[in-house]
Amino acid sequence: MLSIRGLWKQFGDQLVLRGIDLDMPSGKTTAIIGRSGCGKTVLLKHCIGLLKPDRGSIYVDEQEISRLRKKELNVARRRFGMLFQSAALFDSLNVFDNVAFPLREKTTLREEEIRRRTRERLRQVDLEEMAHKYPAELSGGMKKRVGLARALVMDPAIILFDEPTTGLDPLMEHAIHRLIRDTQRQFGFTAVVVSHSIPQIFDIAHQVALMYDGQIVAQGTPEELRASAHPVVQQFLGATIEGPLVLDN
Amino acid sequence: MGGAPVPPAVPASLGDREMSQPRSPVAWVGASAMRGTQFMGRMVLFLGVGLGWIFLPPAKLRRSIQQVYDIGVQSLFVVFITAAFTGMVLGLQGYYTLSKFGSETLLGSAVALSLIRELGPVLTALMVTGRAGSSMAAEIGIMRISEQIDALDTMAIDPMKFLVAPRLAGSIVAVPLLTAFFDVVGIYGGYIIGVKLLGVNPGAYFGEMRSSVEMVDIIGGLIKSLCFGCIIAWVCCYMGYFAERGAAGVSRATTTAVVLSSALIFMWDYLLTSVLL
Ligand SMILES: Nc1ncnc2c1ncn2[C@@H]1O[C@H](COP(=O)(O)OP(=O)(O)O)[C@@H](O)[C@H]1O
Ligand SMILES: [Mg+2]
Repeated sequence: MLSIRGLWKQFGDQLVLRGIDLDMPSGKTTAIIGRSGCGKTVLLKHCIGLLKPDRGSIYVDEQEISRLRKKELNVARRRFGMLFQSAALFDSLNVFDNVAFPLREKTTLREEEIRRRTRERLRQVDLEEMAHKYPAELSGGMKKRVGLARALVMDPAIILFDEPTTGLDPLMEHAIHRLIRDTQRQFGFTAVVVSHSIPQIFDIAHQVALMYDGQIVAQGTPEELRASAHPVVQQFLGATIEGPLVLDN
Repeated sequence: MGGAPVPPAVPASLGDREMSQPRSPVAWVGASAMRGTQFMGRMVLFLGVGLGWIFLPPAKLRRSIQQVYDIGVQSLFVVFITAAFTGMVLGLQGYYTLSKFGSETLLGSAVALSLIRELGPVLTALMVTGRAGSSMAAEIGIMRISEQIDALDTMAIDPMKFLVAPRLAGSIVAVPLLTAFFDVVGIYGGYIIGVKLLGVNPGAYFGEMRSSVEMVDIIGGLIKSLCFGCIIAWVCCYMGYFAERGAAGVSRATTTAVVLSSALIFMWDYLLTSVLL
């Protein structure tokens, strides 16, 4: 179980997270939805210890991630995989080496085995023939898929996906959703997916949480959320035009 | 869930806000002094950790050698050009000055001593800063803003070990090598002007050089260039590592890296010269 308790975070004068409470059950997929700039990425980065909370804590099972020292944090991070919103591929490595990178750096597997696993992941995201291209030569969607393959390659217990399907065509979006759902079922990892793909994300998530104004304003199963009378939820799911959400920026 | 009463805002962390909005000149001076001290402390810590990782296992030999190669290849041409013309101008100026005392035969010593003790290490370091140092700052800065450094962190790979230590090691090796190259090219530049153009006796040019250049001169130059190699990678990696977000952040980091590294090279040069003399 990945638990967030009373998480507050502020950058300069800007208060981004104001008391987030969220439980993400093990072996399930939790989707986090919310407007651009509402702090979803900041939330994910706290989960893996890239940012430190101003207040509050994050627990992985019984361990408090937000209080670990660097060494312990690095041990805890071996259980995590993360797909960054920008993919964050290494410019200096080609697609194949990007995906193989964690295996080469963090395991003692033989090169043959590394190649086999890397090829397998690249096949799953349909990028086998791009293996020798460099990130600069790829489209945004391809980079996302390479990032996805890299996040999956270590078979982590918890995977954080930051907008895995933003910028993909509908066909690819569907394929990636299916890949996340199928691998999640197969390996049983805990998935946290930040997504704007509504309602498609509802088909793969066991639980959905809606972020608004630095807080989780609604959470529950997709059905519960659909049935919610909360005005922000209703407006976000497109049921009503009028509501608390306004296009201010 | 929804509608929960909002607790009061968290107080701004560690007085950041006070520092960015000073109220009086006194506060401004105080805030600047604190920021300066913090900055220096972080720089020193950065260097300590970076140097520490060079010697801690696992060995980073392959990546460090790659850095020696990158820095060397990037800088070889500019170092050659600078060295050739510096040597030539030393030949001209030295001849002009020495001929006033009728001691043109000392030209070889004058050229060699100026190059080995002073100009070789300093000019090489400046050229490496402009060529390899700036690209180091930009490369690491781009890795910072495109979250590649965060990605390393999430994979439990220490960026200090993976990115900074090999560059420090590479630079500490490459700059002395380039300095030696600079010295040799410069001495031949002086030779071409002094001997071929102005007619100084070739035997005297090299003979005087051999008798006047001592081991301490060479070791002094070597110590300087080792330090400069360290300064370049240290400052340039630091600036890239802490680049602010956006393309403007990287360009600011690169400029600051080059300016600060050059300034530190001059200051450290004075300090070392006064100690070594
Ligand atoms: N490292 C940072 N420094 C300053 N501000 C940040 C930083 N990271 C995020 N922010 C700000 O926090 C807000 C939320 O960002 P983010 O979590 O990326 O939004 P999103 O929900 O679209 O992922 C944005 O206004 C952003 O400018
Ligand atoms: Mg985001």
